[in-house]
Formats: sequence, structure tokens, C-alpha cells
Amino acid sequence: MGRVNFGGVVKNVCLDYVPEVAVGDYTIVHVGFALSKIDEQTALETLELFRKMGTLEEELASEEEAFARAAKAPQSPCPDGSCDPAEHIQPADAPTESRGR
Amino acid sequence: MAEQVGADNSKVVETSSAPDFAGWSCPLPLADYPTIVMGHGGGGKLGNELVEHLFLPAFRNPALENLGDAAIFELSSGRIAMSTDSFVVQPIFFPGGSIGALAVNGTVNDLAVSGADPKYLSASFILEEGFPLAQLAAVVRAMADAAATAGVRIVTGDTKVVERGHGDGCYINTAGVGVLRPGINVGPHRAQVGDVILVSGTIGDHGMAIMSVREGLEFESQIRSDCAALNGLIAEVLDAVGNDVHAMRDPTRGGLASTLNEIATSSNVGIEIDETSLPVRTEVQSACELLGLDPVYVANEGKVVFFVASEAADRVLATLRAHPLGADAACIGQVTGQHPKILVAHTAMGANRVIATQIGEQLPRIC
Amino acid sequence: MKYLTEFRNGEIAQRMAREIHQVATRPWKIMEVCGGQTHSIIRNGIDQMLPAGIEMIHGPGCPVCVTPLGLIDKALAIAAQPGVIFCSFGDMLRVPGTDRDLFQVKGSGGDVRVVYSPLDAVELAVRNPDKQVVFFGVGFETTAPANAMSVHVAKRRGLKNFSLLVSHVLVPPAIEAIMSSPDNKVQAFLAAGHVCSVMGYWEYPPIADKFQIPIVVTGFEPLDLLDGIRRAVIQLEKGEHRVENAYERIVTYAGNLPAQKLLAEVFEITDRAWRGIGVIPKSGWRLSEPYREFDAEERFHIANIHTEESPLCKAGDVLRGAIKPAECPAFGKECTPRHPLGATMVSSEGACAAYFNYGRFLSAEDLANAGSALSGAANG
Repeated sequence: MGRVNFGGVVKNVCLDYVPEVAVGDYTIVHVGFALSKIDEQTALETLELFRKMGTLEEELASEEEAFARAAKAPQSPCPDGSCDPAEHIQPADAPTESRGR
Repeated sequence: MAEQVGADNSKVVETSSAPDFAGWSCPLPLADYPTIVMGHGGGGKLGNELVEHLFLPAFRNPALENLGDAAIFELSSGRIAMSTDSFVVQPIFFPGGSIGALAVNGTVNDLAVSGADPKYLSASFILEEGFPLAQLAAVVRAMADAAATAGVRIVTGDTKVVERGHGDGCYINTAGVGVLRPGINVGPHRAQVGDVILVSGTIGDHGMAIMSVREGLEFESQIRSDCAALNGLIAEVLDAVGNDVHAMRDPTRGGLASTLNEIATSSNVGIEIDETSLPVRTEVQSACELLGLDPVYVANEGKVVFFVASEAADRVLATLRAHPLGADAACIGQVTGQHPKILVAHTAMGANRVIATQIGEQLPRIC
Repeated sequence: MKYLTEFRNGEIAQRMAREIHQVATRPWKIMEVCGGQTHSIIRNGIDQMLPAGIEMIHGPGCPVCVTPLGLIDKALAIAAQPGVIFCSFGDMLRVPGTDRDLFQVKGSGGDVRVVYSPLDAVELAVRNPDKQVVFFGVGFETTAPANAMSVHVAKRRGLKNFSLLVSHVLVPPAIEAIMSSPDNKVQAFLAAGHVCSVMGYWEYPPIADKFQIPIVVTGFEPLDLLDGIRRAVIQLEKGEHRVENAYERIVTYAGNLPAQKLLAEVFEITDRAWRGIGVIPKSGWRLSEPYREFDAEERFHIANIHTEESPLCKAGDVLRGAIKPAECPAFGKECTPRHPLGATMVSSEGACAAYFNYGRFLSAEDLANAGSALSGAANG
């Protein structure tokens, strides 16, 4: 079992199926089990690919700002700063609850 | 008095050794009974001792001291509001609060959102035989603190005890009376097309705080219940804009979604909200993701939803944000004449979805 | 949350939708197999963002919904027995059996508990040695590793009071059954991303070849879904029928080998009846011989239960993708989440629940116009 941080919420999760996972890695978790490590490099490349989609006229300088603004989660940050997940780095820092059974 | 309860992420603290009665006026008789026994509810010597040495010192006020069958007090003339609620939350201590704090603040808030100035409360306890006295003491202390903060007095009460296995530790009922603000005219039926909808702060904190310590679903987090008395905050808003507030309610069980749907139905109007403007703590959002819940359905115990005339919206927002309990207040939507009785949310994707009234409890016994 | 929130970016989603509009020249029908994907599509209005000719057909991706009514009735009978602690995931509570649901069993005194993980049920068995703890193990391949581990742990600890009521179904046979059906209209599939994180996607190339259809392994977030749909449309336009992985950050070709190893030990393939569809050969898992003692159906001999489907319920047609939930005559009338006729209206992955809860009883035009008042709202 390991401790997994879901965006600030920490839960015990069985890591038996992802023996390659180390502290600081990200995983997909489903009903208390980590099923797969998230390949961060691939994730970033995928996002970059998505960002480039759509008509070329949209690639304006203001796009950076729009992306940053729209990429924020739809909630206000905690005024006391207590929500920063970086403060709660635990062994196996790994969010994302999978959907679907 | 045992104070090691409920202040952090820990679950209910079981007090093992003899409770600390140092804070009580005359501890010796109670020290013989570390747990509640049937006699405490019998109206005899043990029950009297409980009142004299536990309730009275905690709730100390003139109306209570007489220990009559009824509390006698005066209220300024005008209309009176009365409200009652029972509290069965499990566990009774949770991050950020307790059943005691809920019992006081819950009734205070029901009066306050009706436009009344809360004054006096009753407190009735149904205790299970075997319930630790130290926990009762902590609950009572929490009630006394909440009452003091809210500016209300607990003036009458009752205690009954049921056999072991026939209760669940501690149930509390509070009833309260308050004086309606003269000229006030708020109600769930009074929302009007064009009204702006505001919420006083982040949603979902209370329900997720309970979840975090509920057996089978526990998780570690910094989430704390938002349990608080709202009469001060509401008074400031009413002082600022008066009857430009058309409707207000505290979104407890069923969350923001249920409250908005109720008002939409009562007033026969449609509501549109912007999902990206809903204030939600990151951790609450994460916990909801984890458990497959939607923050709009999760209970709150220290928030108010306001429906205000559009020209008053900015003033209300400023008033809320200037108050400690309203620092995260936000405008979240508007009342519309379209799709009456239906709540529509504009999503981050730019699409619209309906937020339906929830069927049943997402999680039982959260208040 | 990192690697989750970024894939919900509204502006990027709009741009990706525009890409799909640019590449689509003809109508296409694409099926998503996973109920979680269905919910994400409806909740986020992904289907509303697509060109008019691209139709998302919702597949039988809801394991609760395809569990035979007879097994639901057996679960209810077990849960009602004294001395049993019956555990399940939360949304099972209101799935209707023939004449009641778990919630009502609980109300009548049954010990029914919601758990987050099957390991929690094993813990309950350890802590309550005088009770029989039963876990309702419903799911696709995504949940199977968790259930396998729970039985494995129970066996290792020599527990005599834990059992699993198994209703495991597999995705590839379902895809074959749908493609083999005479009235099939599906032209491409979005394969379920998290199922594939466990099983890999090596099972799909033979299916893609046999039926000449594109299959794209797809995630759940709006950007992932839009990318999966985009890739499927591009293949359809070109007449290709390959298997593609649009969920590369999580899914590999081989899948999760430690999980597959334990699955092979704990489960064996069996025929399964899919509610609303019928028996699909070799489409499910049951406990293998060494683990058969933990099978709740064998431990509790439930006989003489009366099982009867509602005549009004069209969940079967919904599950096969033949109709949309809003096309069912009972939708929103006799059948609502409060009074469901079938599992699809209450399961967290049921298509009917998605349509109802996100408001698809409003017409598409009404829903699209509903946000007009917000353009003038103050935003603090």
C-alpha cells in the first residue's frame, strides 16, 4: 500500500499492480488500486499537440494568456494558501481517479 | 475538560481514562459516572446533577438559572420567527466542528435567512446509555461557544436517555426564536427575473469534511467543515441593501443545487449559473473527484445563497467580501424567465447542462 | 489536479471541435463503449460540439446496467439475510430489482454498506468474524484487478466469511456482438481507455480487421474524447480501419502485466448473459476453480426468486445503441431517477441517467439557448 495524493487529498492505495512506480510519480487510481503510471512526457506532448489544433489564425500572442486563464481549475484558490498540493507531497504523489468500470 | 476533540483531521477521539472535570463548578458527583446511565434521563437526582453541573455552567444566563419548566423572556414587539432542527450527524466530532456547533448554528441560520434576529434557543438531548460524559461535556462546550459567538442564549432544555443500542450516542434538537427585522420581505417565492445570485463562499466543505472521517470512505485532507453562525453576515447585507435581497437560504443538505432548484420552483423562475464561477476549494474538488461526487450537491453549514436585485449586486458582493465569513463570496448566476423551475449551468466547455434536484441523500447523516 | 484539469480546457476543446468540423465531409456513427465516457460526453456537451452528421451512439458500457435482473434479485436476497454484511459501490443502492432495491433492503433492516474499494469489504470481514461479508463485484476489466486482489487477499488470510458476487463482463466480445447484430449502424468504436490500461489493446486489431472498422483507444476528459472522435473521423474519411491509441500517456499495447497475471489466476472466461442483449459467448469472467469457494452464488444457495422485467423499460435498446434514452416513451415520465424502471436510469454509468440528470429532456435548441441570460451577469 502507498499513500497517494489526489490534489491535496491523501488516501491509501494499493500499488501492487504498478511495481515500477516511485514517490513523485503520477498514476491512475481506480477503487483504491493504482492501475497505470502516467507517462508525464507523453502527457505534456499530447497537451502541446492539442494546443496547436484549430485554425491557424487563432495562434495569437494573447493565446498564452487565454490558455493560462482557461487552464485554471473552475474554482477559486484557497485564500489561506492551504490548497497547494505541493505542500502535501507524500510518498507516491499521484492524482487522478479513473472513471468507468 | 477534555479538549482533544474534533480540532484536526482525526476521527472521534475515544477518551480512555477519567475525564478532566477541572473546568466544572462541582465535579465530584459527576466523576462517579464517566458514562451516561439511564438515571440521567429520569428527572431525578442524577438528571438534576447533569443540569446543575454540566448544562447550567456552560449555558449560564438568567433565563436558564431559574430552572423552571419554561424559560421566561421578553422579545421586542413585531413578528417572531421560530425554527427547529434535529441533529444526528455521524461522527459527532469532525474536522472543523461537532454536533454541538451544528445544533446551535443550524437553528441560528434558519432564523437568520428568514430575516430574523435570533435570540433564544432550546436544547433537547437524547443520549444513549453508555455515551461518555467527557464527550457530552465537549459537545456542550461547543454549543456554549457557538451560542456566545452567535449572540444567542440557550434558555431551556431537556435530557432523555435511551437504552444501549437504541440510540446512536447523542442526538440533539434545538428550537429557536428570533425577531423579524421590521419591513423585511424575503422568501423563496420572491426571486425575480433579472435577480443576481451570489454565494457567500466556497461550497462543499462541510459534506466532504464529514466524508473524510466516515467509516469506509476515510481520507486524509485539510478539509474542514464551514460550520458557522451567519446572522452577523446576513445582518450586514440587510443593513446595506434592505429589501433588495429577495431571497436567501443556507444550502445545507442537498447542497447548492437543491437550494437553487427549490427557489426556482417556489418562485417559478429559471436559473442560470456559470459553473466556472462557483467557488470550490481545490481539496474539496479533489475529494469529490475521488468519490465521484459533484460539489454542487454537497452539504454546507456556513454559507448563504442570496438572490438580489441586480442593481444591488455589487454592493452585496462588497459587503460579503469585507466580512470574515464572506471572503470568498462570488456572483454565480442570474434568474431568467426562460425554462421556469429549471436550473441550467454553463460549463467550462461552453455547453449548457441542467443541474437536476438530487434524488435522496448523497451521504446520510451529515447534519 | 495535475494531468486532469488541463484536459478540460474549454478553449482548446472549442478548437479541437473546429478541427473535426474541418475534416468531416460525410455523416458517421461512432460508438463509445464505456459508460464513463457517455457521461462525460453528455455532461460536457461534447455531442453538441460535433458537426451535425457525426452521431455518438452510446454502447453497453455500464456493467451494472448489463448485469442480468436475476443476479440483481439474487443480490437483494443475499443482502436481506440476517448475518450478512452486503457491500457494494454507492450507485448500486438504487438499481431496481424486480420488486425492490438495496436501499429498501437496508431500510428493512439489511446490513448494506457502501465501500470505496473491495479491500474495504475484506477489512469488514476481518473485523466481523461472526458475519458473512459479501461484495458485489460488478464491472468491466477496469474493476477486475481490484476484485481479484480482494479474493486473493481473502484466500491468503484464510478468511471463511468473505465472498464475491461476480458480474464481470468483457469489452471485446461486446464489440463483436454489436458489430454482428443485423441492425448494427456503428461504423467506428472508441475503446474504453481505462479498460485498456489494464488489458492493453492487443485484442482489438483482429476485431478491426474482421469488421473493417476503426477502433481508437480513448480517455474520458473532454479533450481526450474530442481527440478520439477526431482520429476516428479521419480514419473513416480515408476508409482506414486501424487500431489507434489516443490515450498514450496511460495505455500501452501490452497493458498492465502484473494485473493480467493475477486476473488469469483468479478468474476464468465464461459465457455471460447481458441484460437487454442476451447471452454473449465467452464475454465474462467467473472465479477459477482454486477460488470458487469465494463465489457468493455458490455459498448462498438462492432459489425460487421471481424475476420479471418491466414491460415498459427499453434499457436493452438503449444499451445496444438502437435508441437514445430520450427516445424511450417512458423517459422522464414513468421512468425517472426517483422511480427508475431499469438500471440505466440510476447507475453512475447509465446512459438514461446521464441524459436525465444533465437535462436532455429539454430540446437541444432550448438547452443551447438556455445560457443567454449569463452574458450580462456580473462576475465579481
